[in-house]
This record gives sequence, structure tokens and C-alpha cells, in this order.
Amino acid sequence: MNCLFEVAGMSKQYGKQLGCENISFSLYPGEVLGIVGESGSGKSTVLNCLSGQLEPDEGEVYFDSPTKGKVDIWTLTEAEQRHLARTEWAFVHQNPRDGLRMGVSAGGNIGERLMNVGHRHYGKIRQTAIDWMGRVELSEDRLDDRPSVFSGGMQQRLQIARSLVTEPRLIFMDEPTGGLDVSVQARLLDLLRQLVQELGLSVILVTHDLAVVRMLADRMVVMQNGHIVESGLSDQVLDDPQHPYTQLLVSSILQV
Amino acid sequence: MFDIANLSKTFTLHHNQNTEIKVLSDVSFFVESGECVALVGLSGSGKSTLMRMLYGNYLATCGKIKIDNVNIVNADPQLITELRRTSLGYVSQFLRVLPRVATLRIVAEPAVRAGVELVEAEARAADLLARLNIPEKLWKLSPLTFSGGEQQRVNIARGFVYQYPALLLDEPTASLDAENRESVLKLIEEAKARGAAIIGIFHDEFARKRLCNREINTSTFSLKTK
Repeated sequence: MNCLFEVAGMSKQYGKQLGCENISFSLYPGEVLGIVGESGSGKSTVLNCLSGQLEPDEGEVYFDSPTKGKVDIWTLTEAEQRHLARTEWAFVHQNPRDGLRMGVSAGGNIGERLMNVGHRHYGKIRQTAIDWMGRVELSEDRLDDRPSVFSGGMQQRLQIARSLVTEPRLIFMDEPTGGLDVSVQARLLDLLRQLVQELGLSVILVTHDLAVVRMLADRMVVMQNGHIVESGLSDQVLDDPQHPYTQLLVSSILQV
Repeated sequence: MFDIANLSKTFTLHHNQNTEIKVLSDVSFFVESGECVALVGLSGSGKSTLMRMLYGNYLATCGKIKIDNVNIVNADPQLITELRRTSLGYVSQFLRVLPRVATLRIVAEPAVRAGVELVEAEARAADLLARLNIPEKLWKLSPLTFSGGEQQRVNIARGFVYQYPALLLDEPTASLDAENRESVLKLIEEAKARGAAIIGIFHDEFARKRLCNREINTSTFSLKTK
């Protein structure tokens, strides 16, 4: 099986400040990879470099493109990057407001992604939007409401529908359950897990919540001060952590 | 099916003065298809540690664990995931699942992951839950609301919903009443009869005598008790 995504020796400095250094890993189709670490460990820097939002200083970020084969995304033109981001990738932000257009109806939010990739038939777009509202358990009645009148959990589900409607192969998620109540979190995790399984999606998931990683991610990497300090199967890293920092992280979880 | 050689495990606790706990050393044994082998030994002698290493949940310090011709000690995590998906089942002592997901779905999930159609997987799950005396009206509820014994049976159903050629069972009959214990023993016997290689921890002596071809005493590999 070909790697879908491969990062080799990636580094990023912010002036004198280290963002991340010598980051390498690969992702296979259908796999969910969790990136964990405390704030400031470089998780978001890595995610932004991978998803074409921040250019790394060193290293390569390869993606297995359906048309061109293995390409380094940072050697593509901006237009090619944009095309990749619209058709092959999706990004689910921690704050749904960053991923949604708050002044446009829920249906419009879902439809816009479809129009970006060339869909033009209004009736079909509307019908697809209705289907996706259902899949993320939003009522069809809310199709014409703006997300600004939705609850946080509903906004997050709408963002997921908007991201997945174009059937991307790879999804970047930044703390997708952050800031939601636990009751909504559990429901959302279940939804994400089902969609990942059903659609065979590959996911790179950044979070500081180890329970989310255990439930969603097949594999995980642990970051500290811009470096990957440990990686492996999620349950193995969580149950038998090897690195001192991972041991500290795992032993600090409160038992409920 | 299981080929284990010179396996050792040492835990290093970096935050407790780098304490090293040597649990097992030089463990070697085979388990063939159709065999059921019991891990026995004193409490703390490393039975569960060994089980967890066999599932890839704990890292081996050194040695070899070959399951279905994959050496999981140095295999890529992707290979271990694949092995767990279709070849290696594990019934742990405690149920660990997402909250608010229906029991029927939780039990069907491993089969779906292994490639069985959802309808078929749910039919198998229903059949197992019925055999394990979980009342049908509970199937739509999350098992996290169930009693300890019921949760354990849900866990067992999850482990048997797909016919893995290799199975690890951690105390499958503990805390079950006589009738449920009988149902679980029958499931294990059926798995054995279809050729599964089974390694289990059974504190229940009756279960051990009835199911197991032989015993492996972890105390003989254990460094703490030497």
C-alpha cells in the first residue's frame, strides 16, 4: 500500500524561536494519526505546515495525488495547492467560526464547497446539502438558518459536513472537540468515528485530549518543545509510554 | 500460530528515580491452531503483562512474538493494526468504549472493521448478545450503564463477533454466574473447534480444566519471584 502522506525532516523557525524540528512520519490511507502535546509544543505549527498554510524552512511534505502521483506540496504552485486543498483535503478547525461563513445559511455553507469544485446544478447542490445535514444529525428544517444562531455543537457538526461534502481523502483536524461540553463531545466523537470508517478517510488529528486520541486515532505521535519524542500505536503509547515526557503526560490524567 | 521466543519485559519509571521493574525474562513457547493454553502463576508474576505484549499493547523489551507470521516486536504499527483487524482478537477484563453508543453497534464494530457487511455484523452481534443473556431491550442502550457482569459479557460478545484465528482472553469467566459461564465456555469451545489458537488467563479452575490443553506458568519466567 502506498503512503497517502509523508513528512521527512520538516523544520520551522519563527525567528530565533523554534516551531518544530526534524519532523518525520507517514500516513496510510484510512489511518487516523493523533498528534498530542501541551500548548507550545509545536502541534499547530506542524499541522499548518502539513496543510499548506505555513511554509516549512526545511524538509519535504509529500502527498500521493491521484493525478500526479507523489508530489511535494511545497513545490506546487499556489493554484495547484488551492486545488488540492479543495478537492483532496479538508480542514476542521477548533473554532467552527474559522471554518464556516457565519453570514451564509447552513445549506449555503455546505453548497459553497461543492460550487468551489465545479458543481452548478442548484437542485442537486441543495439535495446534497440536505443529505449531509442528515448525516451529521442536523435537522433539515435548519437548512436556511445561519450558523450564528446554532449552538457550538451544531456549528461543529455543520463544519464537519462542509468539510466532508466534497469527499476529501485527507482531513486535518485541530482540536475538533475542544470547547464543547462532554455530552456533545461523545456524540461528535462517535459521529467522526463512523464517518472515518464509512468513507475510509485518513485523518491527522491535533489534540491535547488523550481520551480523544484513544477513541479515534490508530497511531499517535507525542510532541515536546517542537520535537517528536515518541510515536506508536495509540493504545501502546498510552498504556506503556516509554519517554519520560509521555509517562508524565499519561500519569497526569484525572481518573473519573 | 503463536511463536514466542526469548521474550523479556522491563518497565522503566522515569519519574520514580528511574526505577526499573523487571517483570519477565526469557519467555519462550508455541501455541498451535486449535489449542487452548492457560497462563497461570501468582498474582503479579506477569500474566497480564505477557497478554498485553502479545496484543502489542505493551512493548517487548527484547525477544520475538510471531503471530500469523508477523513478528510484532519490531513490526510497523500499521502491520499490528492489520493483524488486530483480521487475525488477533482480544477480550480484556474491562470494557472500554465510547459513551452513548448502542450496545448492538459496539458488539458489531470489530466485525465491520474486519470487512463484514453491517447487516450481517449486527445479526451476528444480536445472536451473541442473545446467547449471553443480554435482554434485547438493552441492546439500544450504551453498555456503560450496565452491571459489571453484563459489561463483561458485552466485551466477550465483541471478541467473538468475528472469527479470529488467534484469540487472547483475559479472565473471560470471572464474575459470571453459572448459566452465563456455561455460555461463555461453549463459545470458547466452538472457537477452539474451528481451529483458533487461544491463550487465556482463567482463575476459574473448572474453566481451565475443561478448556485448556496445557498451562504455562509465568512464575517460572518471572524475575520478581525468583
